[in-house]
Amino acid sequence: MNKLVNIAKSIAISAPTDSDPFLNTPLAVSVSGLERRYGERTVIKSLDITIREGEFVALLGESGCGKTTLLRALAGLDAPDAGRIEAPGRPAVVFQEHRLLPWASVWENVALGNEKAIGKDGASRALGEVGLAGREDDWPRNLSGGQAQRVALARALVRDPKLLLLDEPFAALDALTRIKMHALVRELVSRHRPGVLIVTHDVDEAIVLADRILVMRSGQIAASYRPAEHAPGGLRPLLLNELGVATH
Amino acid sequence: MAEISSPLQDFSADSRSGFAIKKATLYSVLSWLAPLLLLCLWEAASRLGLIASQVMPAPSRVAETGWQLATTGELFVHLGASLLRATAGFAIGGSIGFALGVAVGFSPLAHALLDRSIQMIRAIPFLAMLPLVIVWFGVDEAGKIFLVSLAVLFPIYINTVLGVRQIDPKLMELAKVTGMNWPAIVRRIILPGAMPSILTGVRYALAHAWLALVIAETLATTEGIGFLAMDAREFLQTDVILLTIIIYSVIGVGADGLARLLETRLLGWHPNFAKGAR
Repeated sequence: MNKLVNIAKSIAISAPTDSDPFLNTPLAVSVSGLERRYGERTVIKSLDITIREGEFVALLGESGCGKTTLLRALAGLDAPDAGRIEAPGRPAVVFQEHRLLPWASVWENVALGNEKAIGKDGASRALGEVGLAGREDDWPRNLSGGQAQRVALARALVRDPKLLLLDEPFAALDALTRIKMHALVRELVSRHRPGVLIVTHDVDEAIVLADRILVMRSGQIAASYRPAEHAPGGLRPLLLNELGVATH
Repeated sequence: MAEISSPLQDFSADSRSGFAIKKATLYSVLSWLAPLLLLCLWEAASRLGLIASQVMPAPSRVAETGWQLATTGELFVHLGASLLRATAGFAIGGSIGFALGVAVGFSPLAHALLDRSIQMIRAIPFLAMLPLVIVWFGVDEAGKIFLVSLAVLFPIYINTVLGVRQIDPKLMELAKVTGMNWPAIVRRIILPGAMPSILTGVRYALAHAWLALVIAETLATTEGIGFLAMDAREFLQTDVILLTIIIYSVIGVGADGLARLLETRLLGWHPNFAKGAR
């Protein structure tokens, strides 16, 4: 009996301090000892992150804290000076701007770089998932901002990524469209189950979307929160406090 | 009753827009009036003997000569020869200019290695190369095609470099993120992105090609529109000379029209070129 308790204790100790519902799912990305310097300035220092498939992680931080640099490193757009990034397969990225090719039709944009494998049918299916069925042959310039961003989301998800990187994807959208996009993204992620890292400076967005919220400060992860463990409305002041915003 | 109750403003607006359409038609007719009048004056002056027909034959005479040459088929042989030279020269010069433009536009190394030399060669007026071209190629077809190629190369090169430079680096990042290979990047991003600028280059190149062709065809030849003109000069056939000048200008206008057609076809996505939403 004593032995069993001891085993249980040791398991509890080896597991992360907070209960992790994604502990047994496969890795989406694992980062260890990441460093990035621009000349004298260290933007990221000895940073570790693990994201598992199906887990939605939000990265909060003031501008200049290195959160975008981290995302770019994970996307393979920026070479770190030290550390390891392990990820199975190529991550998909949605940027703040939709980055649709203006000279390609909507479906060609979705299937971009992989037209043969995905095909118009695959692109159509992905467009249906983001609520844009029937817009396959339209030009991007005929889309609204929210629609264009949904095409960008379809372009990312049609590749069936293990890791989805979102770089402030809703920052340029109006408040109403943003709320709709939050619901859509949650639904799509729960269906496709990639690991997600969203970079944002919107505290409410992070609370609505994420399973885990990381606060980044001067190139390091300064704090980690799980919205599920907090009472509604309880987490917001904590996070704002972490970001140096007084709430009284 | 209905007419009386209709607002006065509507009525006046209608009548004004109707008047505007009529005015536009009137102006368009008027714009053709001056050239036609000039043509009539010229014809009259020739017929009355005010202008010697050896200096300036009557327009009707030129038209007649054109018809004769067309019916014997001679005109089309020469026209074909000229168009073949222009097309071959354009294809060669255009593809070299495009390839160099893409390389220099993209790679700082290619820019360092090639751009200065290309700019130096560009500084030479290509017609100054004429004596050298004759020494190199003789008076064969090759020399003429070379001259046209040279004339085409630089406008295409410069505008391709410019077009490639203007491509949004964010789209290049996208290409990297989606794992596109180089041929796909060129086909899907570089070429369409640089296309507005390249087509501007094409229009300049067409004008240059034409100039080069006119000069090249004054060299010893046995076919081509230029030959027709040189041959006519020997016999003081001013009507034929005038005809060749008109043909050159008509083909020039046609080539420009073709370039503009390309713009509307290839730049359908571009809000400034699109005729309507797809």
